[in-house]
Amino acid sequence: MSRLADHLWLIPAFPLLAAAVSAVMTRRRRAMAAGMGIGSMALALVLSGAAFVVAMRHADGSGGGRVVFNFPWLQFGDAWLKLGWVLDPLTAVMLVMVSLVGLLIFIYSVGYMAHDENFTRFFCFLSLFAAAMLGLVIANSLLLFFICWELVGLTSYLLIGFWYHKPSAAAAAKKAFITTRIGDLAFLLGMVWLYSQSGTLLFYDGGAGCLEPSSLLTLATRPTATGLMVSTGIALLLFCGAIGKSGQVPLHVWLPDAMEGPTPVSALIHAATMVAAGVFLVARVYPLFSASTGAAPDGTASLAAVTWVGSLTAVFAATIAVAQTDIKRILAYSTVSQLGFMMMGLGMGGVAVGMFHLITHAFFKALLFLGAGSVIHGCREEQDIRYMGGLGKFMPVTFATYGIGMLALSGFPLVFSGFWSKDGILHAAHSWNASHWPFYLGVFGACLTAFYMTRQVAYVFFGARRADGAARLASVPEAESHPGLPSPRQAREGSTHEPHESPRVMTAPLVVLSFFAVALGFIGTPAWPWFQAFLSGEHANLALNRLAEEGALPVLAVSTAVVFLGLGLGWWLYGRRPVTRALERDVLERLWPNVFTLLRRKYFVDEIYEWAVVGFNAWWANACAWLDRWLWDGLVQLVSLTVVGLSWLDRFLDEVVINSGFDKACQGLTGGGGLLARLQSGRVQTYLRLMGVGLTVLALLLLWGCRAS
Amino acid sequence: MTSLQAYLLLSALLFAIGLAGALARRNAIIVLIGIELMLNAANLNFIAFWRFGPNPEALTGVLFAIFSIGIAAAEAAVGLALVISIYRHQKTTDLGQVDSLKG
Repeated sequence: MSRLADHLWLIPAFPLLAAAVSAVMTRRRRAMAAGMGIGSMALALVLSGAAFVVAMRHADGSGGGRVVFNFPWLQFGDAWLKLGWVLDPLTAVMLVMVSLVGLLIFIYSVGYMAHDENFTRFFCFLSLFAAAMLGLVIANSLLLFFICWELVGLTSYLLIGFWYHKPSAAAAAKKAFITTRIGDLAFLLGMVWLYSQSGTLLFYDGGAGCLEPSSLLTLATRPTATGLMVSTGIALLLFCGAIGKSGQVPLHVWLPDAMEGPTPVSALIHAATMVAAGVFLVARVYPLFSASTGAAPDGTASLAAVTWVGSLTAVFAATIAVAQTDIKRILAYSTVSQLGFMMMGLGMGGVAVGMFHLITHAFFKALLFLGAGSVIHGCREEQDIRYMGGLGKFMPVTFATYGIGMLALSGFPLVFSGFWSKDGILHAAHSWNASHWPFYLGVFGACLTAFYMTRQVAYVFFGARRADGAARLASVPEAESHPGLPSPRQAREGSTHEPHESPRVMTAPLVVLSFFAVALGFIGTPAWPWFQAFLSGEHANLALNRLAEEGALPVLAVSTAVVFLGLGLGWWLYGRRPVTRALERDVLERLWPNVFTLLRRKYFVDEIYEWAVVGFNAWWANACAWLDRWLWDGLVQLVSLTVVGLSWLDRFLDEVVINSGFDKACQGLTGGGGLLARLQSGRVQTYLRLMGVGLTVLALLLLWGCRAS
Repeated sequence: MTSLQAYLLLSALLFAIGLAGALARRNAIIVLIGIELMLNAANLNFIAFWRFGPNPEALTGVLFAIFSIGIAAAEAAVGLALVISIYRHQKTTDLGQVDSLKG
């Protein structure tokens, strides 16, 4: 069965093939593009399932079974740069998650994008994304990881800007690309540093990989100039990449704007899979983060950094989500917040805690996004929750599944998966000795999560249809509606402006996802920690008494209490007296207008970046332009003018002084020569005549001289 | 006017005639004759200075004149040979056209 591990590349290869073929297909081949995308994802899912079984068989008993396949790729002098893939529990879990969620979202997209003229292009990008993400998951080399990491970044850019004729979408795509690039630069530096220190980028290579004990020991004992260990430095640089990709503070700004893309993209890329890649990166190179020489009871400095960034992000984004009005943006800030929870889990509880939340979150957040997509679809591209209301009776399936997703995200006790995974994180935070603040922040974040989700659901599904919302819906002219989704559907529903339930191709994935949103919780409860055991390669056994172990029950009770507090508060504020008019002020806004404005404007982070980063950039560019225009250009002008002047002088000297001098000399020579030539006539008699004259003159002179003396 | 002066005048006349012939005429033969005339004017001077000189008993003047006539004969032979040779090359004895000395 290790043959499968050797051919693990087949899993990303199928979607890649589908992407390549649909890239060259014409626009009209809609069914073929969708069929190939879905077929390749189904194949990938089957293979991932098989890989999962293989990994499970390896993991049982042998203790963290891991099959790697490496091959040389590029030669540097004597050294070969190697790529490879690895099959271990971590990979297997991610493979199944990515391909399953991906498959469901592909199917959903068939309905959601049905009227888009660039349907084929959409599936091409989506397949390319799936290929890159699956490649990232199986990578056994940091280089291959980085390649796929950049590829998912590229597809994210392409898909956010899918409706590129909307200026906001184009700007959001650029923002996402550039912001994540900042993190990726650090990632690249970390990678180069790692290569220079350990000489390999393979994670596992039969004892020689950079995540294996011998290499880790070297890295953890080598100090840098600043006193940090090399392993810490590299881990922090890699974590910067994760911050960018996973939307952690301070690079979170791109993720909410990324909601300009089509909703399936938001679900697949910006909620379930790609943004989790940063978390997955930390989980993958976890040995590097946790490497230390001495016994460090509360983890290393790099893990502490992960914890703090994660917990701050969790609360920061959750507070912003409270005040947003765009249905997708609320979910986006919720994603940022939950990614922060995952980072907390990784930092304090290890791989299993963080990964468990990643997996459960992927399912229920995909569910929520797809549900939001269904709502948006049913309300004809209305995204503002203030104009919705009362949708529960129009879209029952969406309402039911959305409710499940919302309860899972809020962490409703005992039944929903989000409860167990979040409880794991809180439990880890509670037993973290370095500081109690992450625990408090986590509890506060969990409470806020329940609160803003209740607010959203109350706004969208409960109460009555807000009249001005219906009026706004009716007044949307045909031409002004969504540019990417032209008229056929509007023609179909044009007569009634009632919201409608989405087609079955969109609701079926919702149902499947909501099943997982519930069921997944049970594989990782404290009583039966199968998931955690699988990741660490141990046996899991059912032991209910573990629920009652030291500190477990109080934490369970606290997390239950905060969830109920959040839910109750939300219901008390928004559900009890439904909002009747769309533009009336929010309840919280009436209570604390200043705080609410601060939250609604997202703590003015965008404005601060605009002022500081963009402003500095503009100032610097202006300064450079000024220097260029006046200083360098002046110097160049000066030099060129000097050269021109010198050449004028040179020309004058040449033409007037030297040339005329030569001319004069030559004329003199010519004249003299002509005179002499005339003298030398060759006639002997002339010579004689001259001699005669000379003789006569001589004689006269002599005579005269004689007479004078 | 003593007879010496008369001789000197005669020889100067001869010399002048010879010089004019040598300088003015184009024909190489005439130029050669002019040169002979000038030579003979010099011979006449030798004889005259010897005859009316301080010791006419010594035969110095005659000897000089005889040598000079001998040399003149050789010179005439060489001159005529040159003229013939020029004529052979250039088919002319007109000295105005013989200017190859100008190089």
